[in-house]
Amino acid sequence: MTISLKQSTPPPEKLQPTGWLKYLSFSLDHKVIGLQYLVCGFLFYLIGGSLAGAIRVELTSPLSDFMPREVYNQVLTLHGTIMIFLWIVPVVNGAFGNYLIPFYVGARDMAFPRLNAVAFWLIPPSGLMLITSYFINGAAQSGWTAYPPLSITTPAAGQIIWILSVLLLGGSSIFGGINFIATILKLRRPGLKLMQLPMYCWAMLGTSILVVLSTPVLAGTLILLSFDIVAHTGFFNPSLGGNVIVYQHLFWFYSHPAVYIMVLPAFGLVSEILPIHSRKPLFGYTTMVFSIMGIVVLGLVVWAHHMFTSGTPPWMRLFFTIATAFIAVPTGIKFFNWVATLWGGKISLNAAMLFACGFIINFVLGGITGVALAQVPFDVHVHDTYFVVAHFHYIVYGGSVFVIFSSIYHWFPKVTGKMLNENLGRFHFIITFIGFNLCFAPQHWLGLNGMPRRVAEYDPQFQLINQISSIGALLMALSTLPFLWNILQSSLYGDDAGDNPWNALTPEWLTSSPPPVENWEGEAPLVLEPYGYGEKDSNKTREAIK
Amino acid sequence: MPKLSAILTLISSLILGVGGVWIAYNVDMLPVSASINAPVYDELYRVLFIIGCILFIGMTALVIYSLIQFRRRPGETGDGINLEGNISLEIFWTAIPAIVVLFVGLYSYDIYDRMGGMQPLMHDHSGQMDNQNERVWGGIGSGPIESLSTKNLSSLPIELTAMQFAFIFHYPKGDIISGELHVPVGREVSLKMESKDVIHAFWVPQFRLKQDVIPGQPTILNFTPTKAGNFPIVCAELCGPYHGGMRSNVIVDEQEDFDAWLKENSKETI
Repeated sequence: MTISLKQSTPPPEKLQPTGWLKYLSFSLDHKVIGLQYLVCGFLFYLIGGSLAGAIRVELTSPLSDFMPREVYNQVLTLHGTIMIFLWIVPVVNGAFGNYLIPFYVGARDMAFPRLNAVAFWLIPPSGLMLITSYFINGAAQSGWTAYPPLSITTPAAGQIIWILSVLLLGGSSIFGGINFIATILKLRRPGLKLMQLPMYCWAMLGTSILVVLSTPVLAGTLILLSFDIVAHTGFFNPSLGGNVIVYQHLFWFYSHPAVYIMVLPAFGLVSEILPIHSRKPLFGYTTMVFSIMGIVVLGLVVWAHHMFTSGTPPWMRLFFTIATAFIAVPTGIKFFNWVATLWGGKISLNAAMLFACGFIINFVLGGITGVALAQVPFDVHVHDTYFVVAHFHYIVYGGSVFVIFSSIYHWFPKVTGKMLNENLGRFHFIITFIGFNLCFAPQHWLGLNGMPRRVAEYDPQFQLINQISSIGALLMALSTLPFLWNILQSSLYGDDAGDNPWNALTPEWLTSSPPPVENWEGEAPLVLEPYGYGEKDSNKTREAIK
Repeated sequence: MPKLSAILTLISSLILGVGGVWIAYNVDMLPVSASINAPVYDELYRVLFIIGCILFIGMTALVIYSLIQFRRRPGETGDGINLEGNISLEIFWTAIPAIVVLFVGLYSYDIYDRMGGMQPLMHDHSGQMDNQNERVWGGIGSGPIESLSTKNLSSLPIELTAMQFAFIFHYPKGDIISGELHVPVGREVSLKMESKDVIHAFWVPQFRLKQDVIPGQPTILNFTPTKAGNFPIVCAELCGPYHGGMRSNVIVDEQEDFDAWLKENSKETI
């Protein structure tokens, strides 16, 4: 590793707008881009959440009576696509990655600042395009999986716009991934070794490898699908000799790793938050690093567990069962290590910590149902039912979204220089946690007892449980209000946070809040022990940094 | 106090284990079981449920206990203990999930085998493929499970054509076309399925069986009903606007009733 990229110097001040306008500009500052990702993602989260609300209203009665059936399928397609491609992936990768990675490696910006800005600015237009397709000619209505032949036979305009939008978002994701890999491997401050990096860098390195390896496969697949729709080719169209199963293999080759693209960065963020608020070193740094890489490798060879009922030969079913189940090993290590990080600490029960612990509990349940779903005989009953819906919401909402909230509570003082209201934050956590579990836990039962997913009408015997689930969804929607109020109120009138309110050791806290454009006045600090908490030598570490 | 804490750990693990088993045997979340492989499925489900309960309750308890026991008391300053890792502990909890996963994997392989998943496919009802290039995939239940008197009876062939938004069943014997599936108790049924338009899925929750119905690629699903009654057939793969309404029934009759139904509806004399 003798070649090193030149540290990009911050752009001349004159060319960049200042004040709030910079957040609407083609800014090259990684911190501005990070916030652009976060706010943009949150706006899409509100839209995706409203769509989820519409779904839950429709499901309060067993009849299809709230919206037309075609619209219902458009709503569920948009909900899935927005939440994955416009909220979770851009936020856990783009927002926190851009804000934190340059700090963590001791750089003044990302390796390719212009590519970084391009990656962000691909997102708003593709998101708007996706949403406006609903008002033009009807959005795509074949689910976020867009399985042919359904996606070929439903109205073409919406489906093509969907493909275009996902292609652009995939491109944005690939640009981001390349940028993270280059920054982490090439822009490290002299003297900083890979095994001294904060865990989030490792998570982002692993995630970016997955992004760069698997997203192009999705892009190719969707281009072939668009040929089938527009030019009437027959790649996936059985009436022209195409094969519908091939699409599923190609689609899931990206879309299963996509789960890890949504979850691995969350693992990294939690590994930053837990040690600081429990005042203890991260337990088992080395095993954490290896388990991330283990998940990356295994994550690439498990895709066909989404296709156990699709017509897969027995040997394939067995191979993917075993590979999938073994992901539980590295994941299990991480969870035990987090609990060990809590053990014997001096834990502050603030909002960031509560959301992080809520994540652990939710994700353990999602992981257990995941191992169960990996077993072919179990899966053939519950595949494509509400059991699966419950399982993956425990992973992406109970997992990733809880971590996003935790991270917002944790880094808000750094970004704005103001403290959030902790009591309001704890209230937000309680409502979210209860609402989330009330919404999704009962859905396990629905799936086991015969309710398939993606339906607007269902057997009347499931009405009560669906209504309970909808009440949970209502609580989740309401929980956004104290959060938004807290953000608005605190950024205007919040208490002054100081530079390092959590008394943390990672490099982003060793500068002013908010940080200057060049990240630190003078030389970047060399943090060799980012988790040097604990009674014995935390003062020594602190002095070593100075 | 290492002795005391060891005893406490042992006791709480015992309570946890017994509690997990108790929950799994007392919380019944599955519908009626009505096919030969449903009880086998339920056995797997119960084992997974026991393991799941123990792991989930154990982890949740650990997190909540830590949050309460190690919370920062008012006025307290300073850090927690400086503990960066512990090799033997880490090996221990690498081994636990590995062993659990290995056990679950082997056990579910055994279940899969008992359900007939590893049996070679019967290519067609007559045992011959009508077209050498035709690709036929089977669902679980392609082979018989050794019980009842199924061995003496050949399986009952039925053809299923799925289309937006209906299941159409065709009985080659008697040339009957029906929108509902009529089958006798205790005899193996061999469903040959193909879709006319998009992908659908044939699911009977009480049989614990599901198989996609794919255009251009026939699939076979074998099953043996064990209980007379009327069970829902549900389409489980998004297939268009009326996907939620794409439902039918499987009517499992006693042999005599089934024969009567067959006789009444058949177009040719049997």
